[in-house]
Parts: sequence; C-alpha cells; structure tokens
Amino acid sequence: MKKENVIEAQNLTKMFGDFTAVNAISFEVKKGEIFGFLGANGAGKTTAMKMLIGISKPTSGKANVAGFDVFTNAEDIKKNIGYMSQKFALYDDLTVKENITFFGGIYGLSRKQIKEKSNNLIEALGLEEVANKLVGALPLGWKQKLSFSVALLHDPKIVFLDEPTGGVDSITRRQFWEMIYKAANQGTTVFVTTHYMDEAEYCDRVSIMVNGKIEALDTPKKLKQQFKVANMNDVFLKLARG
Amino acid sequence: MKRFIGFIKKEFYHIFRDRRSLFILFGMPIAQIMLFGFAITNEINNVDIAVLDHSKDATTKEIINKISVSKYFSINQFIDRESDIETIFKKGKVKAVLNFETGFSKKLITNHKATIQIITDATDPNTANTISNYVNAILQKYQKGLNEDITIAYQIVPQTRMVYNPELKSVYMFVPGVMTIILMLVSAMMTSISITREKELGTMEILLVSPIKPIQVIVGKVFPYIFLSIINAIVIVVLSIFIFKMPVQGSLFLLAFESVLFIITALALGILISTISATQQTAMMISLMGLMLPVILLSGFIFPISSMPLPLQVISNIIPAKWFIIIIKGIMLKGVGVQYLWKETLILVGMTIFFIGLSVKKYKIRLE
Repeated sequence: MKKENVIEAQNLTKMFGDFTAVNAISFEVKKGEIFGFLGANGAGKTTAMKMLIGISKPTSGKANVAGFDVFTNAEDIKKNIGYMSQKFALYDDLTVKENITFFGGIYGLSRKQIKEKSNNLIEALGLEEVANKLVGALPLGWKQKLSFSVALLHDPKIVFLDEPTGGVDSITRRQFWEMIYKAANQGTTVFVTTHYMDEAEYCDRVSIMVNGKIEALDTPKKLKQQFKVANMNDVFLKLARG
Repeated sequence: MKRFIGFIKKEFYHIFRDRRSLFILFGMPIAQIMLFGFAITNEINNVDIAVLDHSKDATTKEIINKISVSKYFSINQFIDRESDIETIFKKGKVKAVLNFETGFSKKLITNHKATIQIITDATDPNTANTISNYVNAILQKYQKGLNEDITIAYQIVPQTRMVYNPELKSVYMFVPGVMTIILMLVSAMMTSISITREKELGTMEILLVSPIKPIQVIVGKVFPYIFLSIINAIVIVVLSIFIFKMPVQGSLFLLAFESVLFIITALALGILISTISATQQTAMMISLMGLMLPVILLSGFIFPISSMPLPLQVISNIIPAKWFIIIIKGIMLKGVGVQYLWKETLILVGMTIFFIGLSVKKYKIRLE
C-alpha cells in the first residue's frame, strides 16, 4: 500500500533581494517517515524549513504541509505540526510542569488533557523527582529530551526538528534517536535537519542541499551505492566539493 | 482566551522569579522619589558664609545680626584681611563672603550710600545666584526699616507672588518628573527587554510556530507591565502625598486616565525598540540612551524648555515625556481639568498610535 504524502514541495523558492536562498526545491515526505534534511551551514536548510512551518512566505513555488497550503493556510499548518529549534527553547525559569502546562495551553489542550499528558510524559522520561524544579537546573541532555516531548505534546502529524542534537553527548544522542523512532512508529512524520552524518544513516530518506538546491535525495543505502562510498560522510563531502 | 490567560500567567512567573528586575520594578520608584525629594533641592539652608567687616560699627553689627539669625545662613567665621577671602574660598569652607567697606555707618548717614560686597563661590552657579538673592532680600528689608518715617514721592514696589507652589518646594517639581521617568523606564525598558529575551532564547520562534497569534504574544507580554506600572504610579502618588505633603489639586480620576495613557505610549515604544533590537543588551542600551536621557534632559523636567536653544526646543516636541509632564503638573499643581489639557492628551494618543503602527509594520517585515 502506498502511503500518503504529508509534505509536498514543488519548485519552492525563497529570495532575499537578489540572493536566492532556496532555489526551486521539490520533494515529498510520506506519513511516518523519518526524513533527513542535510546541508552545510548556509546551504538554505533553515530557510526551507521556515517556509514549511509557516513563519516565512515563499517567493514562488508550491508547498503543502499536513494537507494545507503554505501560502493560504499557514495558521492551519501550525496547529498540525510540532517544532523544536536548534537553540534549546523551553523556559529556564519555569518548572518542568509549568513548561508542559504552558506549551499545552498555547496549543489549545484542555486542562484535563494537559494533566494527563504531563503525568505520562514525566513518567516516560523519568523526571518525577525534578518535575517541580526549574528547567534551568536540568542537564542539557534532559532538557533536549523534554523539549522534544513538549513538541509532541499536542500529537502533531509532523514534527520538525532543527539540529536537535547539537552539543549533547553520544549516549544522549542515541537515546534521542530512540525517541524519534518511537514517534515515527506511532505514525508521526519526522522532518529533521542535522549536520552529524552518522545520524543521516538513521533516516529513512535524506536530501542533501548545496547552495540552495537539493543535489541528492534517496535512502542512505542507495546514495552510498550511487556515489560508491562507504558512509554518508563521504557522500556529503563528494557533493559539497562538487 | 484560555491560551491568553496561560500566557499572562507565564509572564508573571518570569517577573516574580527574577529578583533583579523585581528590585528595579519596585525598589527604584521609592528610592528615586526619596532621593529627589530629600537630597536634591534648590532651596538653601544654613549656608556657611564668612564676614569681612572693615567698619565694625553699629550698622554693620545690626546687618550681620540679621543675616546670622535667618535660617538660610550661618556665619562660619570673621576674617580680617582681603587676602583671606581667596584662602577661605579655596578651603571650601564657605559659599559666600560679605565685605563691608570702612566707615559704613558714617557713609550711610552722610552720603546716603554705603557698599557691601557679596562675593559668592560660583563653582555652583545656581546656589551662588540664590545666595546673592537671599542676601539682597535681607538687606532690602533692613533698608526699608531704616526709611520707615521718610516718604519718597515716587516709588515702584514690586510684589511677587509665586503661584501653585508658593513655598517653591523642589519636590513639587520633581514628583511629576520622577513619575514620568519611572513609568517610561518600567514600561518601555522592561517590555523591550522581556520581548527580546524571548528572541534571544529562541522561544519566540517556538511561539511563532505555535497557533498562538503574534498579536496575542505581544499583548500578553505587555499586559503584566501595564498592571505593574499602574501600581508604581499609585505608589509614587501616595508617597508624594503622605511624605512630601504634595497636594493633588485636580481630579484623581483624570490623573489615573492620563497616567494609563502615558504607560501605553511607553509600552508602544518598548515594543518598537524590541522589534529593532536582537539582544537584551541592545534593548537595554537603546532604552537607556534613547529614552532616559531625552526624558531627563529634554522634557522640561530639570531644565526649562523655554531657555533651550531653538533646535532643542523643536526636538523636545517629539519627546512624549514633555507632554506628560505638562499634563501631570497641570493636574497635580494647578488643578486644571481636561479642557486645558486636551491638546497634550491628543498628542500622546497620536504618538501611541504612530508607535504601534510602526512596530506592527516592522514586525511584519521581519516575518516576511
């Protein structure tokens, strides 16, 4: 059975003045897929992602996210996606519980839902002892796992992760990817940007952006065959060097 | 609406958990009003002066006596030589020296004219001026007493009356100014910092990606500060009424309305600042340099606008604080109503709309 597409982009372009940040990119992401969005710094990943999550208007092209058009229905897209940025983005001066309540609240969850979800979440992450402590006191790895869970709080169809594992140790990264797999198994589509090439191997499919264009898009296995190299890092180097 | 309430709750957590900003919020108004009220004053009291009396006769003794019993001056020492004047000023012990010429009494009777030299230390020009005015006043009073039984044919007697602040209390002048500074600082600086903080931490991005609308974010960030600024305004007015016995002649209701209007003007400025600054530091610097200095220097709070050079007078018109100071001085000291203040009020309303419009535009450009 063919799975439905939850993200579709056709010739999506963003220009800042004369500079083309994203140059006519086209791709689809299927439901439940883990889609790796790779590229060097400045290749245009973040700009492309901002267009998909509805906070930046494309200059031209077409894109559909969770069944809604990015030009006309950006507000509906926002209700159906979760987002975690590369900067850690919970409030340090709020407790774990207060953060969960706040973000649940702005996504319009009811008091009862929030209570239930926050109990489940705290239990799943083993945060019972620190639930009433300020988030600022937690180690970075915990914060990031919490941040990911908060992004999934309202059961979004798609979750966008912008370099989620920057700056954490390899054990935490491993645990983080386990969480990503779990979310994907439950039907959430995961759209993740990263510059750790070993993480690219964990994705179902990856695209590699160079200077605003998508230069390669396939499963990690096929990409390695195509470029006749042993790992994704070499694929990336070959592309980046032209 | 429920989203919005949750948002405001979060803002209050931020404010009440940050001791430093809490201290600025509530400590500063009290500290400032006390400082301006007690320490900084244009009045003179017990100023130390020295006397160089070349005559040492009945008249000079009488004048010296009159001066020393007044509460404004206390005679620190008597000197004997002209050369001592320089030395005593250099030591900084006295602010003024009275120099009576020789044969004072005799000259006054025979020539109808005798001279006292008043030498003041003008390193502080305001005080020097006040001292010489006060000494002159005492001398004139004495002279009048001498001439009581003689009638002079033509005489112009100026009668000065200081209205609205008859005792010339400086605190009356400072309360409106301090209130303006505090409301400006709390409203504009704190909101601009709190909005840029979300930008800096990256939470603003998360909020923009969420279904909550940008306008809700801005209003939610601003709302707690409206509330806190109103509390501040009340604290300042209560302190000035009970500690400095400053009257509020006009309507308290009008005062409250105008204060809320000015708070909103300042908040709009704060939002505007936050749209142009990327970090909390920048927001703070812009608020301090861009708002505090003009408020202190160009609003007429300390330096009268009418004595500024013309270009500065023109610039002072774009300072919202100038109009607010006119309004609150009018209400508190003159007791005038809205019929005299509608022009200033409309200017503030206009400025507020302009600032809000500009920040909405800036905000949109940033999102594009």
